[in-house]
Amino acid sequence: MSELIKKSAAELAAAVAAGEASAVEIATAHLDRIAAVDDKVRAFLHVATDDALAQAREVDRKRAAGEPLGALAGVPVAVKDLFTTIGMPTTCGSKILEGWVPPYESTVTQRLRGAGAVLIGKANMDEFAMGSSTENSGYGPSRNPWNLAKVPGGSSGGSAAAVAAFEAPLAIGTDTGGSIRQPASLCGIVGTKPTYGGSSRYGVVAFASSLDTPGPFGRTVLDAALLHAAMSGHDPMDSTSIDAPVPPVVEAARHGDVAGLRIGIVSEFSGDGYQPGVMSRFAEAVELLERLGAKVTEISCPHFKYALPAYYLIGPSEVSSNLARFDGMRYGLRVGGGSAEEVMAATRAAGFGAEAKRRIMLGTYALSSGYYDAYYGKAQQVRTLIIRDFEAAFGQVDVLISPPTPTTAFDIGERADDPLAMYLADLCTIPSNLAGNAAISVPIGLAPENGLPVGLQVMAPPLADDRVYRVAAAVEAAFTERWGHPLLAEAKGLS
Amino acid sequence: MPITRDEVAHLARLSRLALSDEELDHLAPQLDQIISSVAQVQEVAADGIPQTTHATGLVNVYRADEPVHCLTPEQALSGAPAVELQRFKVPRILVEE
Repeated sequence: MSELIKKSAAELAAAVAAGEASAVEIATAHLDRIAAVDDKVRAFLHVATDDALAQAREVDRKRAAGEPLGALAGVPVAVKDLFTTIGMPTTCGSKILEGWVPPYESTVTQRLRGAGAVLIGKANMDEFAMGSSTENSGYGPSRNPWNLAKVPGGSSGGSAAAVAAFEAPLAIGTDTGGSIRQPASLCGIVGTKPTYGGSSRYGVVAFASSLDTPGPFGRTVLDAALLHAAMSGHDPMDSTSIDAPVPPVVEAARHGDVAGLRIGIVSEFSGDGYQPGVMSRFAEAVELLERLGAKVTEISCPHFKYALPAYYLIGPSEVSSNLARFDGMRYGLRVGGGSAEEVMAATRAAGFGAEAKRRIMLGTYALSSGYYDAYYGKAQQVRTLIIRDFEAAFGQVDVLISPPTPTTAFDIGERADDPLAMYLADLCTIPSNLAGNAAISVPIGLAPENGLPVGLQVMAPPLADDRVYRVAAAVEAAFTERWGHPLLAEAKGLS
Repeated sequence: MPITRDEVAHLARLSRLALSDEELDHLAPQLDQIISSVAQVQEVAADGIPQTTHATGLVNVYRADEPVHCLTPEQALSGAPAVELQRFKVPRILVEE
């Protein structure tokens, strides 16, 4: 096993810039790792071997010619399979898009290419990003590198598993209800949901447009920040993109500090349903933050308990509209004969999996005349109340903290046909999606009862993304010193 | 009020999903359970609270009206299930009564 795969993205970019390693060597080392372990992890739906090597050769050519190199030159990145990529299939984990190769490129992947990153393949995901385990993928689940019988989380579970399994130092995902933070927590890595509108949705196949937020995964806080900075920024092609500078996330990640910081514990996110090991690690992190000089208090956000039901009305409503485009007419699967309506209904029944069907129908119900005010309208009011809870909290503290998810990684199959149990995985992450603010998950240890990773969620106001990195970097530095090694050094699922 | 199997069949038709009887049998109780659970939002006293459709508060965002490159017909049709005369070929949309 090449030592190159153990290096951080920051180290790899520096090595390429200094001429100590070539981009081709680095890409080859990661492609070899994928070939060695991905039949177990199943993080990838498509490994872009030739394309990745061509991208890497171009980085090496630029360096040899003395041309300027981007911030991520030569660093492999795994791409969740809902970012459109020219020359690589984009399935969204769905059979309805099997084999589809998009004719246009997403803004995020275009920016990463511009920064010299090497897009190494397309990562598995729950179908159209609906799920918390990757079990809703039309192509079978990914596995957690800590324990292959467990889920990696979802929906960006392939992205998280690829990073945790050292198949790529970085990955991009999307977070609509927790789909970056929850898998980051379950896989023992760092994952960020940027401020909504901070990263472009152009070329991100839509799930819930008012919530979808592309964001980074890395094994270190600094790596996540480097990717965050490279992928973000205003995009005229996305009408909800914020026309403001990217917050100074890299600077913050390099200077972790919580001295004097006011931190609020969300009091609603504890109690029944929270695994003991998740809560004991959380308590330990709180002690550590206090020792590092933070002022920690409890803050009540009384409407957060309505975030989950509001999300499961707003999300499906937007899904029922967004997934209407998959009609078997212009791209993707087409099944059956007869009239256009019959072909559409047969195509969608054959192409969508069970969760997509559930959510489309739930959304159709919530938007039906006669039910609209009682469900969708009410959920949109709850959204306002959750934003107000955050505003009141951020009047008293600088950041809020909670577990990212109530449990560690669960068994594959355990919640597969129990939608309500599966939805609980998003309990603590959804408020930040509804409010559009910034949040991160950073590893804080292993649950004593099962040896699986636990994360800490840090939430900050919109456009204060740098604040979550400053806290996460301080937590990472203090815990790494205490453990004597990075948490992932203890992952045994692949050894 | 529980969601009946007939209502679920109607939703499937509205959603353009040709579901099998087994799928309808399986989905009906699940949808009923999910809808009863999300109905908790109705407990919140929210009279006079405005609705939030998305978090940034942006309205009416336009790009400059400048011509830019768009997809060629070949690119636009590259994923089509059926193509004829440089157009998407689709099943008939009107049915004779």
